[in-house]
Amino acid sequence: MNEGIRRIVSPLLTLLYLLILWEGAVRFFAVPAYVLPAPSLVLQTLFADAGLLFGSLVVTLGITFEAFVLAALGGIALAIVFNLWRPAERSLYPFAVVLQVTPIVAIAPLLLIYLPQNLAVLACAWIVAFFPVLANTTLGLNSVDHNLIALFDLYKASRLQVLLNLKLPAALPQILAGLRIAGGLSLIGAVVAEIAAGSAGAGSGLAYRIAESGYRLNIPRMFAALLLLSLAGIAIFFLLSALSYLMLRRWHESALKRER
Amino acid sequence: MIAPASAVVSLRGVGKTFEGGTVALQGFDLAVRDGEFVSLLGPSGCGKSTALRIIAGLSKASAGTVEWADEKDAAGRLGFVFQEPTLMPWANVAENVRLPLRLAHADATKTGAAVAQALDRVGLADFSPAYPRELSGGMKMRVSIARALVTEPRLLLMDEPFAALDEINRFRLNNDLLALWRVLKRTVIFVTHSVFESVYLSQRIVVMTPRPGRVFAELVIDAPYPRDERFRTSAEYAGYCRRVSEALERAMGAAP
Repeated sequence: MNEGIRRIVSPLLTLLYLLILWEGAVRFFAVPAYVLPAPSLVLQTLFADAGLLFGSLVVTLGITFEAFVLAALGGIALAIVFNLWRPAERSLYPFAVVLQVTPIVAIAPLLLIYLPQNLAVLACAWIVAFFPVLANTTLGLNSVDHNLIALFDLYKASRLQVLLNLKLPAALPQILAGLRIAGGLSLIGAVVAEIAAGSAGAGSGLAYRIAESGYRLNIPRMFAALLLLSLAGIAIFFLLSALSYLMLRRWHESALKRER
Repeated sequence: MIAPASAVVSLRGVGKTFEGGTVALQGFDLAVRDGEFVSLLGPSGCGKSTALRIIAGLSKASAGTVEWADEKDAAGRLGFVFQEPTLMPWANVAENVRLPLRLAHADATKTGAAVAQALDRVGLADFSPAYPRELSGGMKMRVSIARALVTEPRLLLMDEPFAALDEINRFRLNNDLLALWRVLKRTVIFVTHSVFESVYLSQRIVVMTPRPGRVFAELVIDAPYPRDERFRTSAEYAGYCRRVSEALERAMGAAP
Protein backbone atom coordinates (compact mmCIF):
# COMPACT_ATOMS: atom_id res chain seq x y z
CA MET A 1 0.00 0.00 0.00
CA ASN A 2 1.10 3.54 -0.75
CA GLU A 3 2.73 5.37 2.20
CA GLY A 4 0.36 8.35 1.97
CA ILE A 5 -2.79 6.22 1.94
CA ARG A 6 -1.52 4.15 4.84
CA ARG A 7 -1.01 7.29 6.92
CA ILE A 8 -4.68 8.16 6.48
CA VAL A 9 -6.16 4.67 6.65
CA SER A 10 -4.26 3.40 9.71
CA PRO A 11 -5.61 5.89 12.26
CA LEU A 12 -9.10 5.64 10.75
CA LEU A 13 -9.06 1.85 11.17
CA THR A 14 -7.89 2.26 14.78
CA LEU A 15 -10.76 4.68 15.35
CA LEU A 16 -13.25 2.24 13.83
CA TYR A 17 -12.07 -0.63 16.06
CA LEU A 18 -12.32 1.57 19.17
CA LEU A 19 -15.83 2.71 18.24
CA ILE A 20 -16.99 -0.87 17.68
CA LEU A 21 -15.47 -1.88 21.03
CA TRP A 22 -17.13 1.08 22.75
CA GLU A 23 -20.52 0.45 21.15
CA GLY A 24 -20.32 -3.28 21.95
CA ALA A 25 -19.26 -2.71 25.57
CA VAL A 26 -22.05 -0.20 26.22
CA ARG A 27 -24.67 -2.57 24.75
CA PHE A 28 -23.26 -5.72 26.34
CA PHE A 29 -23.03 -4.27 29.85
CA ALA A 30 -26.22 -2.22 29.35
CA VAL A 31 -24.46 0.96 30.52
CA PRO A 32 -27.01 3.76 31.04
CA ALA A 33 -26.67 6.75 28.67
CA TYR A 34 -26.09 9.19 31.58
CA VAL A 35 -22.96 7.25 32.50
CA LEU A 36 -21.56 6.53 29.04
CA PRO A 37 -23.56 6.98 25.83
CA ALA A 38 -22.84 4.66 22.91
CA PRO A 39 -21.27 6.24 19.81
CA SER A 40 -24.51 5.67 17.91
CA LEU A 41 -26.43 7.67 20.51
CA VAL A 42 -23.88 10.48 20.37
CA LEU A 43 -24.33 10.62 16.61
CA GLN A 44 -28.15 10.61 16.97
CA THR A 45 -27.92 13.46 19.49
CA LEU A 46 -25.66 15.38 17.15
CA PHE A 47 -28.34 15.25 14.46
CA ALA A 48 -31.25 15.81 16.85
CA ASP A 49 -29.58 18.88 18.44
CA ALA A 50 -27.94 20.02 15.23
CA GLY A 51 -29.50 23.49 15.22
CA LEU A 52 -28.46 24.26 18.78
CA LEU A 53 -24.99 22.73 18.54
CA PHE A 54 -24.02 24.17 15.16
CA GLY A 55 -25.21 27.58 16.26
CA SER A 56 -22.85 27.27 19.23
CA LEU A 57 -20.07 25.97 17.00
CA VAL A 58 -20.31 29.08 14.84
CA VAL A 59 -20.01 31.27 17.97
CA THR A 60 -16.94 29.41 19.23
CA LEU A 61 -15.31 29.31 15.80
CA GLY A 62 -15.95 33.03 15.40
CA ILE A 63 -14.09 33.79 18.63
CA THR A 64 -11.35 31.33 17.71
CA PHE A 65 -10.88 32.97 14.31
CA GLU A 66 -10.80 36.50 15.73
CA ALA A 67 -8.33 35.48 18.44
CA PHE A 68 -6.16 33.71 15.88
CA VAL A 69 -6.02 36.67 13.52
CA LEU A 70 -5.25 39.09 16.37
CA ALA A 71 -2.61 36.71 17.76
CA ALA A 72 -1.01 36.29 14.34
CA LEU A 73 -0.92 40.02 13.59
CA GLY A 74 0.08 40.99 17.14
CA GLY A 75 2.70 38.26 17.50
CA ILE A 76 4.37 38.94 14.16
CA ALA A 77 4.23 42.72 14.62
CA LEU A 78 5.70 42.59 18.12
CA ALA A 79 8.42 40.16 16.99
CA ILE A 80 9.37 42.63 14.23
CA VAL A 81 9.54 45.46 16.77
CA PHE A 82 11.70 43.26 19.02
CA ASN A 83 14.00 42.45 16.12
CA LEU A 84 14.42 46.05 14.99
CA TRP A 85 14.76 47.50 18.46
CA ARG A 86 16.46 45.33 21.07
CA PRO A 87 15.51 47.46 24.14
CA ALA A 88 11.85 46.63 23.42
CA GLU A 89 12.64 42.93 23.45
CA ARG A 90 14.59 43.18 26.68
CA SER A 91 11.86 45.10 28.49
CA LEU A 92 8.75 43.38 27.12
CA TYR A 93 9.63 39.76 26.38
CA PRO A 94 9.67 38.67 30.06
CA PHE A 95 6.08 39.88 30.45
CA ALA A 96 5.00 37.91 27.41
CA VAL A 97 6.53 34.86 29.09
CA VAL A 98 4.74 35.62 32.38
CA LEU A 99 1.46 35.91 30.49
CA GLN A 100 2.15 32.59 28.83
CA VAL A 101 3.12 30.60 31.95
CA THR A 102 0.24 31.86 34.09
CA PRO A 103 -2.58 29.33 33.55
CA ILE A 104 -5.32 30.90 31.46
CA VAL A 105 -8.00 29.23 33.61
CA ALA A 106 -6.76 31.37 36.48
CA ILE A 107 -6.75 34.60 34.47
CA ALA A 108 -10.18 34.11 32.90
CA PRO A 109 -12.31 34.90 35.98
CA LEU A 110 -10.42 38.18 36.47
CA LEU A 111 -10.87 39.20 32.86
CA LEU A 112 -14.57 38.42 33.15
CA ILE A 113 -14.83 40.95 35.97
CA TYR A 114 -13.07 43.74 34.08
CA LEU A 115 -14.25 43.18 30.52
CA PRO A 116 -17.60 42.58 28.86
CA GLN A 117 -18.08 38.84 28.44
CA ASN A 118 -17.44 38.60 24.69
CA LEU A 119 -14.30 40.66 24.97
CA ALA A 120 -13.08 38.68 27.98
CA VAL A 121 -13.44 35.39 26.09
CA LEU A 122 -11.64 36.87 23.09
CA ALA A 123 -8.86 38.22 25.33
CA CYS A 124 -8.34 34.80 26.90
CA ALA A 125 -8.11 33.07 23.54
CA TRP A 126 -5.73 35.76 22.32
CA ILE A 127 -3.42 35.51 25.35
CA VAL A 128 -2.97 31.77 24.82
CA ALA A 129 -2.49 31.96 21.06
CA PHE A 130 -0.29 35.03 20.91
CA PHE A 131 2.86 33.72 22.55
CA PRO A 132 3.80 30.88 20.17
CA VAL A 133 3.55 33.29 17.24
CA LEU A 134 5.74 35.81 19.04
CA ALA A 135 8.30 33.25 20.20
CA ASN A 136 8.57 31.47 16.86
CA THR A 137 8.71 34.65 14.78
CA THR A 138 11.36 36.10 17.10
CA LEU A 139 13.44 32.95 16.71
CA GLY A 140 12.99 32.97 12.93
CA LEU A 141 13.94 36.64 12.55
CA ASN A 142 17.04 36.13 14.68
CA SER A 143 18.22 33.00 12.85
CA VAL A 144 18.96 34.51 9.45
CA ASP A 145 22.17 33.28 7.74
CA HIS A 146 24.90 35.76 8.76
CA ASN A 147 26.47 35.67 5.32
CA LEU A 148 23.17 36.70 3.75
CA ILE A 149 23.00 39.61 6.19
CA ALA A 150 26.57 40.52 5.18
CA LEU A 151 25.52 40.35 1.53
CA PHE A 152 22.64 42.76 2.16
CA ASP A 153 25.09 45.06 4.03
CA LEU A 154 27.47 44.93 1.09
CA TYR A 155 24.76 46.23 -1.23
CA LYS A 156 23.78 48.93 1.29
CA ALA A 157 20.29 47.53 1.82
CA SER A 158 18.01 49.64 4.05
CA ARG A 159 16.58 48.13 7.22
CA LEU A 160 13.20 47.91 5.54
CA GLN A 161 14.73 46.03 2.60
CA VAL A 162 16.49 43.65 4.97
CA LEU A 163 13.22 43.04 6.81
CA LEU A 164 11.05 42.52 3.73
CA ASN A 165 13.50 40.76 1.42
CA LEU A 166 15.52 38.77 3.91
CA LYS A 167 14.30 38.41 7.47
CA LEU A 168 10.60 37.80 6.89
CA PRO A 169 11.05 35.25 4.07
CA ALA A 170 13.80 33.50 6.07
CA ALA A 171 11.55 33.38 9.14
CA LEU A 172 8.53 32.09 7.20
CA PRO A 173 8.93 28.42 8.24
CA GLN A 174 9.08 29.39 11.93
CA ILE A 175 6.22 31.88 11.56
CA LEU A 176 4.05 29.18 9.99
CA ALA A 177 4.99 26.73 12.75
CA GLY A 178 3.94 29.34 15.29
CA LEU A 179 0.64 29.91 13.49
CA ARG A 180 -0.07 26.18 13.43
CA ILE A 181 0.31 26.02 17.21
CA ALA A 182 -1.65 29.25 17.64
CA GLY A 183 -4.60 27.87 15.65
CA GLY A 184 -5.15 25.02 18.08
CA LEU A 185 -4.46 27.22 21.09
CA SER A 186 -7.02 29.85 19.99
CA LEU A 187 -9.67 27.18 20.15
CA ILE A 188 -8.45 25.97 23.54
CA GLY A 189 -8.33 29.51 24.90
CA ALA A 190 -11.84 30.22 23.64
CA VAL A 191 -13.17 27.03 25.22
CA VAL A 192 -11.48 27.66 28.57
CA ALA A 193 -12.82 31.21 28.70
CA GLU A 194 -16.32 30.07 27.73
CA ILE A 195 -16.33 27.50 30.48
CA ALA A 196 -15.22 30.14 32.98
CA ALA A 197 -17.82 32.55 31.65
CA GLY A 198 -20.52 29.90 31.43
CA SER A 199 -20.52 29.35 35.13
CA ALA A 200 -20.77 33.11 35.57
CA GLY A 201 -23.94 33.49 33.53
CA ALA A 202 -24.94 33.79 29.89
CA GLY A 203 -23.06 32.23 26.99
CA SER A 204 -23.78 30.38 23.83
CA GLY A 205 -20.52 28.84 22.60
CA LEU A 206 -19.89 25.11 22.37
CA ALA A 207 -17.98 25.00 25.65
CA TYR A 208 -20.93 26.61 27.36
CA ARG A 209 -23.14 23.88 25.87
CA ILE A 210 -20.83 21.27 27.37
CA ALA A 211 -20.96 22.87 30.81
CA GLU A 212 -24.71 23.36 30.60
CA SER A 213 -25.32 19.75 29.43
CA GLY A 214 -23.18 18.59 32.33
CA TYR A 215 -25.40 20.35 34.86
CA ARG A 216 -28.42 18.75 33.22
CA LEU A 217 -26.81 15.32 33.08
CA ASN A 218 -27.35 15.35 29.31
CA ILE A 219 -24.24 13.28 28.73
CA PRO A 220 -24.94 12.39 25.05
CA ARG A 221 -25.12 16.08 24.20
CA MET A 222 -21.85 16.67 26.07
CA PHE A 223 -20.21 14.04 23.88
CA ALA A 224 -21.79 15.48 20.73
CA ALA A 225 -20.50 18.95 21.57
CA LEU A 226 -17.09 17.51 22.39
CA LEU A 227 -17.05 15.71 19.04
CA LEU A 228 -17.76 18.98 17.23
CA LEU A 229 -14.96 20.73 19.15
CA SER A 230 -12.52 17.97 18.21
CA LEU A 231 -13.53 18.12 14.57
CA ALA A 232 -13.12 21.90 14.62
CA GLY A 233 -9.63 21.52 16.09
CA ILE A 234 -8.68 18.94 13.49
CA ALA A 235 -10.00 21.14 10.69
CA ILE A 236 -7.97 24.11 11.96
CA PHE A 237 -4.85 21.98 12.15
CA PHE A 238 -5.28 20.68 8.61
CA LEU A 239 -6.05 24.10 7.18
CA LEU A 240 -2.93 25.63 8.71
CA SER A 241 -0.79 22.64 7.74
CA ALA A 242 -2.03 22.97 4.17
CA LEU A 243 -1.24 26.69 4.21
CA SER A 244 2.24 25.94 5.51
CA TYR A 245 2.80 23.29 2.86
CA LEU A 246 1.64 25.55 0.04
CA MET A 247 3.90 28.37 1.12
CA LEU A 248 7.01 26.26 1.70
CA ARG A 249 6.77 23.45 -0.82
CA ARG A 250 9.07 25.14 -3.32
CA TRP A 251 12.01 25.52 -1.01
CA HIS A 252 11.88 24.43 2.61
CA GLU A 253 13.13 21.05 3.83
CA SER A 254 10.06 20.53 6.02
CA ALA A 255 7.77 20.52 2.99
CA LEU A 256 9.98 18.45 0.72
CA LYS A 257 9.71 14.75 0.17
CA ARG A 258 12.95 12.98 0.86
CA GLU A 259 14.29 11.13 -2.16
CA ARG A 260 15.51 7.64 -1.45
CA MET B 1 56.98 46.38 -6.29
CA ILE B 2 53.71 47.92 -7.35
CA ALA B 3 53.53 51.58 -8.10
CA PRO B 4 50.87 52.90 -5.69
CA ALA B 5 49.47 55.16 -8.39
CA SER B 6 47.98 52.22 -10.29
CA ALA B 7 46.49 50.58 -7.20
CA VAL B 8 42.72 50.16 -7.04
CA VAL B 9 42.88 49.69 -3.30
CA SER B 10 45.76 49.88 -0.83
CA LEU B 11 45.84 48.67 2.75
CA ARG B 12 48.49 50.19 4.99
CA GLY B 13 49.36 48.85 8.40
CA VAL B 14 45.92 47.36 8.78
CA GLY B 15 45.26 45.61 12.10
CA LYS B 16 42.20 43.85 13.41
CA THR B 17 41.67 42.78 17.00
CA PHE B 18 38.43 40.96 17.79
CA GLU B 19 36.39 41.57 20.92
CA GLY B 20 37.77 38.45 22.57
CA GLY B 21 41.31 39.79 22.17
CA THR B 22 42.27 37.63 19.18
CA VAL B 23 44.63 39.54 16.91
CA ALA B 24 43.61 38.51 13.39
CA LEU B 25 45.70 41.03 11.48
CA GLN B 26 48.66 43.19 12.38
CA GLY B 27 50.56 45.60 10.17
CA PHE B 28 48.98 44.18 7.03
CA ASP B 29 50.03 45.90 3.80
CA LEU B 30 48.55 45.18 0.40
CA ALA B 31 48.18 47.12 -2.82
CA VAL B 32 46.06 45.68 -5.60
CA ARG B 33 46.50 46.90 -9.15
CA ASP B 34 43.70 47.52 -11.57
CA GLY B 35 42.78 44.35 -13.46
CA GLU B 36 45.06 42.15 -11.39
CA PHE B 37 44.30 38.62 -10.20
CA VAL B 38 45.85 38.34 -6.75
CA SER B 39 45.51 35.54 -4.20
CA LEU B 40 45.83 35.72 -0.44
CA LEU B 41 47.27 32.39 0.64
CA GLY B 42 47.63 31.10 4.17
CA PRO B 43 46.48 28.49 6.67
CA SER B 44 43.06 28.81 8.23
CA GLY B 45 42.99 31.43 10.92
CA CYS B 46 45.67 33.60 9.33
CA GLY B 47 43.26 36.50 8.88
CA LYS B 48 42.99 36.33 5.10
CA SER B 49 39.19 36.28 5.20
CA THR B 50 39.27 39.12 7.72
CA ALA B 51 41.40 41.16 5.33
CA LEU B 52 38.89 40.50 2.55
CA ARG B 53 35.96 41.54 4.74
CA ILE B 54 37.76 44.75 5.69
CA ILE B 55 38.26 45.57 1.99
CA ALA B 56 34.56 44.85 1.41
CA GLY B 57 33.57 47.15 4.26
CA LEU B 58 31.91 44.27 6.10
CA SER B 59 34.38 44.59 8.97
CA LYS B 60 36.14 47.62 10.40
CA ALA B 61 39.92 47.73 10.75
CA SER B 62 41.11 48.42 14.30
CA ALA B 63 44.26 50.08 12.97
CA GLY B 64 45.70 51.31 9.69
CA THR B 65 44.04 52.67 6.56
CA VAL B 66 42.25 51.38 3.48
CA GLU B 67 42.65 53.72 0.54
CA TRP B 68 40.74 53.59 -2.71
CA ALA B 69 41.87 55.12 -6.00
CA ASP B 70 38.21 55.90 -6.63
CA GLU B 71 35.97 56.25 -3.60
CA LYS B 72 32.99 55.07 -5.62
CA ASP B 73 34.54 51.60 -5.68
CA ALA B 74 34.45 51.42 -1.91
CA ALA B 75 30.78 52.38 -1.85
CA GLY B 76 29.28 49.48 -3.68
CA ARG B 77 31.15 48.68 -6.89
CA LEU B 78 32.19 45.41 -5.31
CA GLY B 79 31.21 41.83 -5.83
CA PHE B 80 31.65 39.36 -2.99
CA VAL B 81 31.57 35.56 -3.22
CA PHE B 82 31.36 33.80 0.12
CA GLN B 83 32.73 30.42 1.07
CA GLU B 84 29.20 29.04 0.91
CA PRO B 85 26.93 29.88 -2.02
CA THR B 86 24.80 32.00 0.37
CA LEU B 87 21.70 31.92 -1.79
CA MET B 88 18.19 32.71 -0.62
CA PRO B 89 16.49 29.28 -0.62
CA TRP B 90 13.02 30.79 -1.07
CA ALA B 91 13.94 32.57 -4.30
CA ASN B 92 14.71 31.00 -7.66
CA VAL B 93 18.02 31.39 -9.45
CA ALA B 94 16.99 34.49 -11.41
CA GLU B 95 15.66 36.25 -8.30
CA ASN B 96 18.84 35.42 -6.40
CA VAL B 97 20.97 36.94 -9.15
CA ARG B 98 18.63 39.94 -9.44
CA LEU B 99 18.93 40.73 -5.71
CA PRO B 100 21.79 43.30 -5.86
CA LEU B 101 19.93 45.20 -8.59
CA ARG B 102 16.68 45.15 -6.62
CA LEU B 103 18.43 46.40 -3.50
CA ALA B 104 19.80 49.27 -5.59
CA HIS B 105 16.21 50.06 -6.67
CA ALA B 106 17.00 49.30 -10.29
CA ASP B 107 14.09 49.51 -12.73
CA ALA B 108 12.63 45.99 -12.69
CA THR B 109 12.01 45.97 -16.44
CA LYS B 110 15.66 46.64 -17.16
CA THR B 111 17.18 44.05 -14.85
CA GLY B 112 16.08 41.06 -16.93
CA ALA B 113 18.83 41.48 -19.50
CA ALA B 114 21.54 41.95 -16.86
CA VAL B 115 20.38 38.85 -14.98
CA ALA B 116 20.24 36.77 -18.16
CA GLN B 117 23.72 37.94 -19.16
CA ALA B 118 25.21 37.17 -15.74
CA LEU B 119 23.67 33.68 -15.78
CA ASP B 120 24.86 33.13 -19.32
CA ARG B 121 28.42 34.01 -18.28
CA VAL B 122 28.48 31.25 -15.67
CA GLY B 123 26.79 28.77 -18.02
CA LEU B 124 23.43 28.64 -16.24
CA ALA B 125 21.27 30.42 -18.79
CA ASP B 126 18.67 27.64 -18.69
CA PHE B 127 18.36 27.47 -14.92
CA SER B 128 16.76 30.79 -14.04
CA PRO B 129 13.45 29.27 -12.78
CA ALA B 130 15.20 26.57 -10.70
CA TYR B 131 15.37 26.78 -6.92
CA PRO B 132 18.76 26.55 -5.15
CA ARG B 133 17.91 23.18 -3.59
CA GLU B 134 17.58 21.68 -7.07
CA LEU B 135 21.18 22.60 -7.95
CA SER B 136 24.47 20.85 -7.25
CA GLY B 137 27.13 22.49 -5.08
CA GLY B 138 29.09 23.65 -8.13
CA MET B 139 26.00 25.13 -9.78
CA LYS B 140 25.04 26.98 -6.61
CA MET B 141 28.51 28.50 -6.54
CA ARG B 142 28.06 29.56 -10.18
CA VAL B 143 24.82 31.31 -9.23
CA SER B 144 26.70 33.04 -6.42
CA ILE B 145 29.34 34.24 -8.91
CA ALA B 146 26.64 35.41 -11.33
CA ARG B 147 25.07 37.42 -8.50
CA ALA B 148 28.44 39.03 -7.72
CA LEU B 149 28.90 39.92 -11.41
CA VAL B 150 25.43 41.28 -12.10
CA THR B 151 26.27 44.78 -10.86
CA GLU B 152 29.36 44.90 -13.13
CA PRO B 153 31.73 45.46 -10.19
CA ARG B 154 35.26 46.81 -10.67
CA LEU B 155 36.53 44.55 -7.92
CA LEU B 156 35.58 40.93 -7.26
CA LEU B 157 36.34 39.57 -3.79
CA MET B 158 36.26 35.80 -3.38
CA ASP B 159 36.54 34.10 0.01
CA GLU B 160 37.61 30.46 -0.55
CA PRO B 161 34.68 30.04 -2.93
CA PHE B 162 35.60 26.56 -4.16
CA ALA B 163 36.91 25.06 -0.92
CA ALA B 164 33.83 22.89 -0.39
CA LEU B 165 33.72 21.51 -3.93
CA ASP B 166 35.11 18.24 -5.21
CA GLU B 167 38.27 18.41 -7.30
CA ILE B 168 36.58 17.93 -10.68
CA ASN B 169 34.16 20.77 -10.03
CA ARG B 170 36.90 22.94 -8.56
CA PHE B 171 39.07 22.56 -11.67
CA ARG B 172 36.14 23.38 -13.93
CA LEU B 173 35.21 26.44 -11.91
CA ASN B 174 38.88 27.53 -11.85
CA ASN B 175 38.95 27.37 -15.65
CA ASP B 176 35.64 29.19 -16.01
CA LEU B 177 36.70 31.87 -13.54
CA LEU B 178 39.92 32.51 -15.46
CA ALA B 179 37.99 32.71 -18.73
CA LEU B 180 35.59 35.22 -17.17
CA TRP B 181 38.44 37.25 -15.74
CA ARG B 182 40.11 37.47 -19.15
CA VAL B 183 36.91 38.60 -20.84
CA LEU B 184 35.63 40.99 -18.17
CA LYS B 185 39.04 42.37 -17.10
CA ARG B 186 37.95 42.89 -13.48
CA THR B 187 40.27 43.02 -10.53
CA VAL B 188 40.03 39.83 -8.46
CA ILE B 189 41.19 39.25 -4.89
CA PHE B 190 40.97 35.54 -4.22
CA VAL B 191 41.38 34.02 -0.77
CA THR B 192 42.43 30.38 -0.64
CA HIS B 193 44.38 27.90 1.45
CA SER B 194 45.30 25.83 -1.60
CA VAL B 195 48.78 26.35 -3.03
CA PHE B 196 47.78 24.61 -6.27
CA GLU B 197 44.67 26.70 -6.78
CA SER B 198 46.49 29.97 -6.09
CA VAL B 199 49.32 29.17 -8.52
CA TYR B 200 46.91 28.10 -11.24
CA LEU B 201 44.79 31.23 -11.01
CA SER B 202 46.92 34.14 -9.91
CA GLN B 203 49.33 36.65 -11.31
CA ARG B 204 50.54 37.34 -7.81
CA ILE B 205 50.32 35.39 -4.56
CA VAL B 206 50.48 37.05 -1.16
CA VAL B 207 51.60 34.48 1.43
CA MET B 208 50.41 35.29 4.94
CA THR B 209 51.67 34.30 8.40
CA PRO B 210 49.20 32.99 10.95
CA ARG B 211 48.26 34.76 14.20
CA PRO B 212 48.64 37.62 13.75
CA GLY B 213 48.14 37.72 10.00
CA ARG B 214 50.59 39.78 8.02
CA VAL B 215 52.27 39.56 4.64
CA PHE B 216 55.17 37.13 4.70
CA ALA B 217 56.07 36.99 1.02
CA GLU B 218 54.81 37.99 -2.37
CA LEU B 219 55.39 35.75 -5.37
CA VAL B 220 54.73 36.64 -8.98
CA ILE B 221 53.43 33.81 -11.14
CA ASP B 222 54.74 34.88 -14.49
CA ALA B 223 53.09 32.18 -16.61
CA PRO B 224 51.10 33.42 -19.60
CA TYR B 225 47.33 33.17 -19.89
CA PRO B 226 45.24 31.41 -21.09
CA ARG B 227 46.21 28.72 -18.63
CA ASP B 228 44.62 25.34 -19.16
CA GLU B 229 45.03 21.68 -18.26
CA ARG B 230 48.38 21.64 -20.04
CA PHE B 231 49.65 24.32 -17.66
CA ARG B 232 48.25 22.38 -14.71
CA THR B 233 50.44 19.40 -15.56
CA SER B 234 53.54 21.34 -16.70
CA ALA B 235 56.94 21.38 -15.01
CA GLU B 236 56.64 25.16 -14.82
CA TYR B 237 53.47 24.84 -12.75
CA ALA B 238 55.08 22.25 -10.49
CA GLY B 239 58.06 24.55 -10.00
CA TYR B 240 55.86 27.48 -8.99
CA CYS B 241 53.91 25.22 -6.63
CA ARG B 242 57.11 24.10 -4.96
CA ARG B 243 58.31 27.65 -4.46
CA VAL B 244 54.97 28.79 -3.08
CA SER B 245 54.78 25.73 -0.81
CA GLU B 246 58.22 26.50 0.57
CA ALA B 247 57.24 30.12 1.20
CA LEU B 248 54.09 28.95 2.95
CA GLU B 249 56.06 26.54 5.10
CA ARG B 250 58.47 29.27 6.13
CA ALA B 251 55.51 31.55 6.85
CA MET B 252 54.02 28.91 9.15
CA GLY B 253 57.32 28.66 11.01
CA ALA B 254 57.86 32.40 11.23
CA ALA B 255 57.44 33.38 14.86
CA PRO B 256 54.97 36.23 15.22
